[in-house]
Amino acid sequence: MSNPPIVSEVLSIPEFERQPFERRALSSTILTCVTWLIAVVGSVPLFSVIYMLIKEGGARLDMEALTALPPAGFETGGGFGNAIVGTAVMVLIATVISVPIGILSAIHLAVLDPASRLTRTTQFVAKTLTGFPSILAGVFTYAILVISFGYSAFAGGIALSVLMLPTVVLAAEEAMKQVPQKMIDAAYGMGCTPTQVILKVVLPTALPGIITGVMLAVAGAAGNSAPLLFTALFSNYYLSELMEPTASLSILIYNFSAMPFDNQIQLAWSASLVLVLIVLVFNILARLISRSNV
Amino acid sequence: MQPIAESAKHIAPMSRTASASIAGSSVIDCNVEKIFYGDFLAVRNSKLSIEKGKITGFIGPSGCGKSTVLRSFNRMNDLIPSFRFEGEVNYHGKNVYGKKVDPVVVRRYIGMVFQQPNPLSMSIYDNVAFGLRLNRFKGDYDEKVQKALERAALWKEVKDKLKNNGLSLSGGQQQRLCIARAVATEPDVLLMDEPCSALDPIATRQVEELMLELKKSYTVALVTHNMQQAMRVADKTAFFSVDISQGGRTGYLVEMGETRQIFEDPKEKLTKQYISGEFS
Repeated sequence: MSNPPIVSEVLSIPEFERQPFERRALSSTILTCVTWLIAVVGSVPLFSVIYMLIKEGGARLDMEALTALPPAGFETGGGFGNAIVGTAVMVLIATVISVPIGILSAIHLAVLDPASRLTRTTQFVAKTLTGFPSILAGVFTYAILVISFGYSAFAGGIALSVLMLPTVVLAAEEAMKQVPQKMIDAAYGMGCTPTQVILKVVLPTALPGIITGVMLAVAGAAGNSAPLLFTALFSNYYLSELMEPTASLSILIYNFSAMPFDNQIQLAWSASLVLVLIVLVFNILARLISRSNV
Repeated sequence: MQPIAESAKHIAPMSRTASASIAGSSVIDCNVEKIFYGDFLAVRNSKLSIEKGKITGFIGPSGCGKSTVLRSFNRMNDLIPSFRFEGEVNYHGKNVYGKKVDPVVVRRYIGMVFQQPNPLSMSIYDNVAFGLRLNRFKGDYDEKVQKALERAALWKEVKDKLKNNGLSLSGGQQQRLCIARAVATEPDVLLMDEPCSALDPIATRQVEELMLELKKSYTVALVTHNMQQAMRVADKTAFFSVDISQGGRTGYLVEMGETRQIFEDPKEKLTKQYISGEFS
């Protein structure tokens, strides 16, 4: 007997050319087109919102709008400088409160006690809170602070921190869990105490992820109006006292857009554009920081 | 040898007073009675000693407890919550499992190199300086870092990029970086847990040459899956095996002796079978 025949003698050589009308190729092409189309449709709202904001709000976006105080009824000109300051201050208060608490609790959840009942409960609560209706944060703060102390920037900051906290906790926890166990072992192997392991290895390694989470939480808080309705209220003047009612961009937009005056409506558009730009900047920062991670 | 800092005497191993004993005397005397993970008896009745200035190799099939025993020397197993140790590990006559012993201090005298290269996510320089800073070393960091990297045969490759992240190096370089990090604080004993298992043959050879260099100044205990490696570098070899007779898989020390004797003239039948590849 001769040697067994090699493959090419037994099989006919197949067609390798593309056959676009063959059934599988056709269904693949159609499905690709459908997903592509739906992706385009999905981004239509986003781009149309941005288009409208730039078209309507861009016209009045000048130094006066950014710095002046809100105009009264039939006045011309004016701006929303006090609202920008108010939003910035309240977001800052919220950040100062929620970041330390968030990171410390994340250390507990991710490093110190990852399997306990307390940890699982806290995780569940934090996850539920991320979907928390933001107006409830306002009502909650109204009940514990505003009833006794009145409307204030401080109360607004507290309400926003209630919204930011779960986002910060979950992002920081996730970032710390991403620190490889072998790095933690290395640190213990060098003779680190648990405190040193957390301060010198876990936190620095997780830092980009933590900052990303904080940026996203800040962006979310800056654009929120519902919690501020019951807490910071509004003011027509620049912030001078943390315990006084305070203006914010989101409430200004809400107030002005419902007014029967063109001037105010135009300013509401400009304020919306500014707010979107602020949110955008923080989102971009978050992306840049998370990308800088090795 | 320059002492690192007077104030840090109890935490800093760098003044080598503890290791003043002569070569060949034992640095670690280990008497394992039982090691448990939860209810699981992992290792039983193993008595061995690690001698100064020598490389002691631990060989044996998977699951025979050689890594467990090695990691008991510097109490790394304490990080596993269910771990329980019965017996003694005497380091220069002091039981590291004594009631008042702080494992953190033990680990500063008995350094460790792991199976997977595990540089920290920081610059190459900071990786090596990490242990020095931990020991509050006050002195010339640049010199210490360079010396450690030279010892680990890595200096030439990284001297122009000390600021780069340690994770940017190749696997073999990372492992040598970890060795540099471990030797920078001049620990008395270096535990190496299969340090070459994640490396290619060239990197393995470099690390082996490094071990032979290191034993001039340090005492080394080495776990390896590779019998040729044990033959090439170990002065003494301990052979562990698994006992499955009681239903569980319990590791124990079968035999320990000069490497040449273990490989050429083993006393135990089990050792002979393992060496000749009759079981694994």
